[in-house]
Amino acid sequence: MEAVSTAAIEGSAGAGAFLDALLAVLFSLLAVVVVMTFAGLSVVAERKVCAFIQGRYGPNRTAIPVVAAIPFFGNFLKKNGLMQLVADGLKFLLKEDPLPGHVNKFWYMVAPAMALSPVLIVACVIPFGVYWIDGQIYPMSVADIDISLLFALAVSALGVYGAIMAGWSSNSKFPYIGAMRASAEVISYEIAMALSVLPVVLWVGLSSQTPLSLFSIAQAQGNLWFCITQPVSALIFLVALFAETNRLPFDVAESETDLVSGYHTEYGSFKFGLFFVGEYGHIVVGSSLFITLFLGAWSPFPGLSWPESWGWISAVLSLLTFLLKIAAMLFFFIWVRWTLPRFRYDQVMSLGWKRLVPLALLNFAAYIIFMAI
Amino acid sequence: MSDSEFTYSEPASLAGLHTGEKMILNVGPSHPATHGVLRLKLELDGDMVLRVDPIVGQLHRGQEKLAENMTYNQFIPFTDRLDYLAPMANNIAFSQCVEKLAGIDVTPRCKAIRVICAELSRISSHLVGLAAYGMDAGSWTVFMYCYTQREKVMTLFEELTGARLTNSYSRIGGLFRDMPECWLGNVNAFLNQFLPALDEIDALITRNKIFIDRAAGIGIVDAKTAMQWGLTGANLRASGVASDLRKDVPYLGYEDYDFDIPIGVHGDCYDRWLVRIEEMRQSARIIRQAIEKMPDGPVNVSDPKITLPKKDGVLRDMEDLINNFVLVTQGPYIPEGEAYFEADNPKGALGFYIVSKGGGVPYRVKIRAPSFVSLSAMQELLPGHHMSDVAIILGSFDFVLGECDR
Repeated sequence: MEAVSTAAIEGSAGAGAFLDALLAVLFSLLAVVVVMTFAGLSVVAERKVCAFIQGRYGPNRTAIPVVAAIPFFGNFLKKNGLMQLVADGLKFLLKEDPLPGHVNKFWYMVAPAMALSPVLIVACVIPFGVYWIDGQIYPMSVADIDISLLFALAVSALGVYGAIMAGWSSNSKFPYIGAMRASAEVISYEIAMALSVLPVVLWVGLSSQTPLSLFSIAQAQGNLWFCITQPVSALIFLVALFAETNRLPFDVAESETDLVSGYHTEYGSFKFGLFFVGEYGHIVVGSSLFITLFLGAWSPFPGLSWPESWGWISAVLSLLTFLLKIAAMLFFFIWVRWTLPRFRYDQVMSLGWKRLVPLALLNFAAYIIFMAI
Repeated sequence: MSDSEFTYSEPASLAGLHTGEKMILNVGPSHPATHGVLRLKLELDGDMVLRVDPIVGQLHRGQEKLAENMTYNQFIPFTDRLDYLAPMANNIAFSQCVEKLAGIDVTPRCKAIRVICAELSRISSHLVGLAAYGMDAGSWTVFMYCYTQREKVMTLFEELTGARLTNSYSRIGGLFRDMPECWLGNVNAFLNQFLPALDEIDALITRNKIFIDRAAGIGIVDAKTAMQWGLTGANLRASGVASDLRKDVPYLGYEDYDFDIPIGVHGDCYDRWLVRIEEMRQSARIIRQAIEKMPDGPVNVSDPKITLPKKDGVLRDMEDLINNFVLVTQGPYIPEGEAYFEADNPKGALGFYIVSKGGGVPYRVKIRAPSFVSLSAMQELLPGHHMSDVAIILGSFDFVLGECDR
């Protein structure tokens, strides 16, 4: 594999140019569609799952006139709150988009885009599945680069710029405090997160030439998922992921009890919608990273993987497996959010620096010694 | 306090540690953490609170003055609006005060019903208090669990009084009406499912490590300070003082009920949570006993100058008609004098001081609001805590602004 090359070019070895172009378009769509759809669905899931946890019904009235009239299907959508997704989206689009007078207008407008774009960029390097052409295995990703793990970690950390810009440009105290907290939190947990991945990279490096590629890491889990062989790393990564995505119990940056709604307090309408989608997109992408690194990517069970001999059926099944795992991770995120209370800001910091970073270092050292032996 | 009184050049109260630039942060009156229309002016150094100015009075309706222009019974709906999370307890406290002034001893059945109502109010109020507290800690599920139970108490109140929130149930010398049939059975059925539900809420959050980290050791008020500040009710008991007006100065026949007073050890936010959870269990115990020995008989005293005559009597007898007319237009006859009565309400000791010059209208009413006292402690208590702790401490004191601002 070359250093940087798209999957389509890679695949051109045996297949026709038409197939290459088709795959390139398909995978680009896949990245956007997976992230956006799951971000949207997770909003509905959040409402339904939290209602389930709290002994309520959740949204079950929203109906689109024509669709709701379809005999069985329409009612199914209505009862499960799936049309709420459309209503939520329309609300963001149709509401007045205010631009407060006291803000720094340029950065105020840029911030929401900055919150969402890193998410979509990271989605390009995530292998959502595999396919085979002429006995060669290829990842279902827009770009299969050799350092995709580093790339994903680096770019996803950029998302915090959205929060900082929003907090600073809003020229208001609650967003400012929220942005400060968000940046400190994300930067602190970035360290623990990167350290927790190192043992995985070492492990993959034993067998692969490109240990920093997400695709190689996913392939290396054909026999045993890394969450089994490296449970401590998986735990640290998961905790750091919660902090990175600003989810409860780590959502100090937008804790509504003291900061109203944190760095996006001054935002409304579509700009708020972008933050909203960005946040859920971040969860989807973060979950995908976790699945690729620790949960065996597209392998359905530890020790099992879809056989090459099934051809395209296997490819589709691998994609579906991955998507199912994302859904399960989203459920986990939602479950945690509606069960646990929130940390205080300094407790988040001390957990990050005093517990997770030393633990990650110790874990790293232990695996170095283990692998050296 | 006006802006001009804020001195920006003042040195930090926590010497040495905090030397950064200070930030004045205005929290409220419409802020998710302030449970109503409280406004807090915080002086922050980084994340630390250096100084707090609670600005109250945004819900001031002049209730004490209003009381001087209406008969005693007319004032009862206004007491609903004091602590609007336990309206029934306020009704009862006010009626008790007037009855103390007039020397009326209400009937045993009335007392028992009032005890049930007061304790149900306590459960309902503590549920809201804990719900808001849980929400301040970031746990929305606790909020929903508590509110689900509270809705059931509201439904019981609706069956009893016809209103869910502003009940106005008690009258001077008795009650608005007797209980409907089967109501006690409904209360018992509620308690049967409430206690397991309370255990569930308890299991969900009380032993949660994050919650303990958030609440334990925060907002510590020792017993002496608590008494100096005049804290009452659950807030005082959480500081380790076993003071409960229901035991110390029994009213409504509380001396006949068997219940315990839960007290805290450290006086921190966590103890205030534990005390409230346990108080609900004790309230359930009291209600069970009241249901068991509910006496028969009338709910109103048979004094024509105090309570309204029966409706058919009004239609048939001249005397009753005149009494009815006088009572409605001039109010119950309360002799000249003054009385102070404190009831152990969910928020603390709610006191009424009434001066009467005779007749049906009070000369002066003073309300001792426990929420006001709790809030006045904030100025001393909050400095030195993190900004995020402000919400937790406010939530743990469980005040309500309707009562504070009156």
